[in-house]
Amino acid sequence: MLKQTALNTLHRAASARMVDFGGWDMPVNYGSQIEEHHAVRRGAGMFDVSHMVVLDMKGDDVRAFLRYALANDVEKLQTPGRALYSCLLRDDGYVLDDLIVYFLDESFFRIVVNAGTADKDAAWFESLRVKHALAVTIHRRSDLGILAVQGPNARDRVWQVLPDAKPATEELKPFSAAAVTTIVTDPDSELFIARTGYTGEDGFEIIAPHDVILTLWQQLSAAGVRPCGLGARDTLRLEAGMNLYGQDMDETVSPLESGLTWTVDFKDASRDFVGKAALLAHPATRHLVGLLLLDSGGVLRAHQTVHTDHGDGEITSGTFSPTLGRAIALARVPNAVQDGDTVSVAIRDKQLKARVVKPPFVKQGKILIAV
Amino acid sequence: MSKIPSDLKYTASHEWIRREADGTLTIGITDHAQEALGDLVFVELPDVGRTLAAGEACTVVESVKAASDVYAPVAGTVVAQNEALMRAPECINQNAYDAWLFRLQPTDSKAFDALLDATAYAKEIG
Repeated sequence: MLKQTALNTLHRAASARMVDFGGWDMPVNYGSQIEEHHAVRRGAGMFDVSHMVVLDMKGDDVRAFLRYALANDVEKLQTPGRALYSCLLRDDGYVLDDLIVYFLDESFFRIVVNAGTADKDAAWFESLRVKHALAVTIHRRSDLGILAVQGPNARDRVWQVLPDAKPATEELKPFSAAAVTTIVTDPDSELFIARTGYTGEDGFEIIAPHDVILTLWQQLSAAGVRPCGLGARDTLRLEAGMNLYGQDMDETVSPLESGLTWTVDFKDASRDFVGKAALLAHPATRHLVGLLLLDSGGVLRAHQTVHTDHGDGEITSGTFSPTLGRAIALARVPNAVQDGDTVSVAIRDKQLKARVVKPPFVKQGKILIAV
Repeated sequence: MSKIPSDLKYTASHEWIRREADGTLTIGITDHAQEALGDLVFVELPDVGRTLAAGEACTVVESVKAASDVYAPVAGTVVAQNEALMRAPECINQNAYDAWLFRLQPTDSKAFDALLDATAYAKEIG
């Protein structure tokens, strides 16, 4: 039995095509996935991402706990509301999940993790907490849903339906959040509004009780924000050069071979963290690069083999980019492969040429690679 | 609800087939298939003159989401391909029964009669 978000009935009423995504019944597209993609690049679109899981961590030791549990260093978070992207690693340095952590106060951090990995993550955090006897409580917020409103007009549309939220959120820097109390389902609905996303566009991710998310969805839809499915979410994140857990990295690879070296913080030599020793002992021999298909003859897809002058690699995520009108991909290839190299990709019975490029491909409506 | 015109024949693998006056068969993918695939972005058609066995994979259609094979509904020889589709694969999404893929000269003219009718295909896709 698939789990359903509070918006499930609305998705079905809108004739969404539904798929099993990490055990959840989620919309992949409502109409044209390409038009949904363009709506986010050019205007405003919204995604029900209530399948993702909020873990609230509280207690005197919470900062010390997360400095140990996460590969990125939450010591960077000193201003309430600031957020950080991090991997959650195993002892052997492989990737259990990727997540966003928000600093709220010295005894309260909030983490958002992927749907399919949430049970595993929660158990892992719990085992670390017990092992190190730290004063931390971990509370899974099943009462909260998440709505991502993304696009150049996204923030304006949110302020249009939530005018009282504007003062607290208009000065928010990217990767920051604020708690807002305003009228939605009742006079003092509580919302957590973050200037984050997974599309390469500006916008907000709003965490709130399920009934508030439901009402907001309807209000934003009436304000012209286009409902978008996970299909468009995938092409948008890939154009933006963002990894998808389970495709671009998982429990078989190191973050250092997944384009995530920038998220692993070794700066404070006195800080130990889960996976640190293993990462230091095993330098990366491969790296994650972008590919742009030069020939016509198909679409780049995950698991296709990439032939390079320095050995073979593999595509981890591939798709047709609606913004570029070309196939693009992320691929794990030997370290010696460089931006600008021409490689060939096996698609069915053909070898098609592709150029190695540095992601992101597209960000904030602009094409960032030479095509 | 996807459209299933009653004057066409179908296969369980979601091809539609129309018999032309000259006995050739025009083949495309059904409305149900294009809906399931989503926005189409690439089509690779069989060359004219190619001989196909019944059930042989002969065309590739790719949407943003996935690649899918199209199969020859009956044995025959390819006599035409809809080249315009290679530049505008989205025509299949706009009208799946207008956007034909290729035309076959069937080896056995009776093979057409054994294909699914609209009622049987509707049952097939539930």
